[in-house]
Amino acid sequence: MPAHDAGLHNNRQDRPISSTQSPMLSARNVVKSFGGFVALDKCTLDIAARSITGIIGPNGAGKSTLFNVFAGVTAPDSGTMSLGGRNIAGLRPDQLAGLGLVRTFQISRELGELTVIENMLLASPTQSGDAVWRLLFNPGRVRTEQSAAIAKARALLEQVGLWQLANEPAKNLSGGQKKLLEISRALMLDPGIILLDEPTAGVSPLMTKMLGETITRLRDQGLTFAIIEHDMDVIAELCDPIYVLAEGRTLMSGTFREVASNRDVMHAYLGKVA
Amino acid sequence: MISFIVLMSIVICFSAILALALNFQWGLGGMVNFGLAGLYALGAYACALLMLKGGFNTFFATIGAMVIVGVISGLVAFVTLRVAEEDYFAIVTLGVGEMLRLVALNEDWLTRGALGLSGIPRPFGELVPAEYYAYFMLAISAMLVAATVWFLNRVARSPFGRIMRAVREDDVVAATLGKYVLWARVRIFAIGGALIGLAGSLHAFYYQYIDPTQFSTIVIAYAFMAVIAGGRGAHAGTIIGAAVVMVLLEGSRFAKDIIPWLDSDQLSAIRIIIIGVGLILLLIFRPQGFLREYRLQVELK
Ligand SMILES: Nc1ncnc2c1ncn2[C@@H]1O[C@H](COP(=O)(O)OP(=O)(O)O)[C@@H](O)[C@H]1O
Ligand SMILES: [Mg+2]
Repeated sequence: MPAHDAGLHNNRQDRPISSTQSPMLSARNVVKSFGGFVALDKCTLDIAARSITGIIGPNGAGKSTLFNVFAGVTAPDSGTMSLGGRNIAGLRPDQLAGLGLVRTFQISRELGELTVIENMLLASPTQSGDAVWRLLFNPGRVRTEQSAAIAKARALLEQVGLWQLANEPAKNLSGGQKKLLEISRALMLDPGIILLDEPTAGVSPLMTKMLGETITRLRDQGLTFAIIEHDMDVIAELCDPIYVLAEGRTLMSGTFREVASNRDVMHAYLGKVA
Repeated sequence: MISFIVLMSIVICFSAILALALNFQWGLGGMVNFGLAGLYALGAYACALLMLKGGFNTFFATIGAMVIVGVISGLVAFVTLRVAEEDYFAIVTLGVGEMLRLVALNEDWLTRGALGLSGIPRPFGELVPAEYYAYFMLAISAMLVAATVWFLNRVARSPFGRIMRAVREDDVVAATLGKYVLWARVRIFAIGGALIGLAGSLHAFYYQYIDPTQFSTIVIAYAFMAVIAGGRGAHAGTIIGAAVVMVLLEGSRFAKDIIPWLDSDQLSAIRIIIIGVGLILLLIFRPQGFLREYRLQVELK
């Protein structure tokens, strides 16, 4: 039986969280094309441990594709990727999740027929009941773990004002609520690094502000974030450094001030978006 | 009339287990199984042959049939899903089911082909007096349905049940949240397969004679109807669905008494029409089915 099935997620030793200085997640010359279209063109990028790294760029720049490649959802054509110094090429998404890497999706992918609380519990890494035999022979342990997971889920949901909707099927939530659920669900995994794909799209200004505070607090506790975001206020307030992607490549990186004053960046945006 | 009801109840019981197996695989786990009829036949033949040729008693033959169908189902899922997209899986199951049916039809040395297997022993067949046997069989069958539902409820309400539904809703999300989707699907298919083996065994005990015609593709349609009518993922609903389908199917035999000018060919066509119309009406007036699947509810306070 594979390790992640035996409830070994909480085995932190092989997690790359502690590698403080070196870049935690990095891509070197990653190429990914769809048919003839090159979505990532030798993309190189480092996400330092305990940073909140921002990733911006015009639509179609390849930002979401980069996250897909990092998370093992899409296989790159070439290039290398590492997590905490470990080569992660060819790992499945669930194996990467076991290593502490989790992502959210640009278009919310809530599990609609599951209730909010079920969405949360699904992501809980300590679940002996993942294995059917333990369910039958050690139901007590499964129950204890579930109540602990519910308590943890409750704390996370209360932060984003979703606890009162815990019993609601996730499909009934609003767009913004789905986004918040997805982020909370990712946090259930106790990840070391979270990749957020446009987390504030459709989220109210008040919630966006709260979300920013939560992200900063978690970063201070040791988490690493990479955030794709279109809202420049969010980027300016949270992210350092910021990478600019255009046409599948890293155009530049730096602080918000550096990026904002760069002419190439303005050009990439104006050339594409306008 | 009483004995007709008893016999029909037995049929409902093993149809219900078959439908519960499909509900587990497809209703909860999102895995289409178009090989259901072939795997059902495999269960019945495995059980019968283990007794007739292997000398097993009825209990171990049933366990053996469950293991065989479970393992083969798991292997089919593993081998297919490791290399192919999920969409191809349905087609592979169709092929596997057809292949199993052809084996039953053509491997005369083992299955006696179209002649079928007769003289299949029944549980406690020598001990229970023949005039009471139907009641006894009904009691066993009902107990097995109850045990199956108990087991399935445990699984559906467990973390594994959530994994099943998550894989059904969005396998990429399930994987992103740390679940090994391939392995989950192998287990979903294997556990469902074991239940198909159980249903097949009961089928063999009940008829005491099996041949390939009993496992035609229409069985798959009935099972899907039972699951859809019952409400995807809902165990109790599936049993009600199976009962409704079987009652319509068997009960429409009485149409002969009401509409005497029909011959038997027309009658069998009418039975299928009745079921089809019933399903359409249901989908119009209650598209989600009779009941819905279990959802965890927590206290909000
Ligand atoms: N699965 C796919 N198949 C084909 N083309 C794709 C696929 N995913 C992304 N693309 C294309 O790759 C380009 C980059 O997409 P994406 O990474 O989503 O951009 P961004 O997130 O920066 O807006 C787009 O032109 C998109 O159409
Ligand atoms: Mg995108």
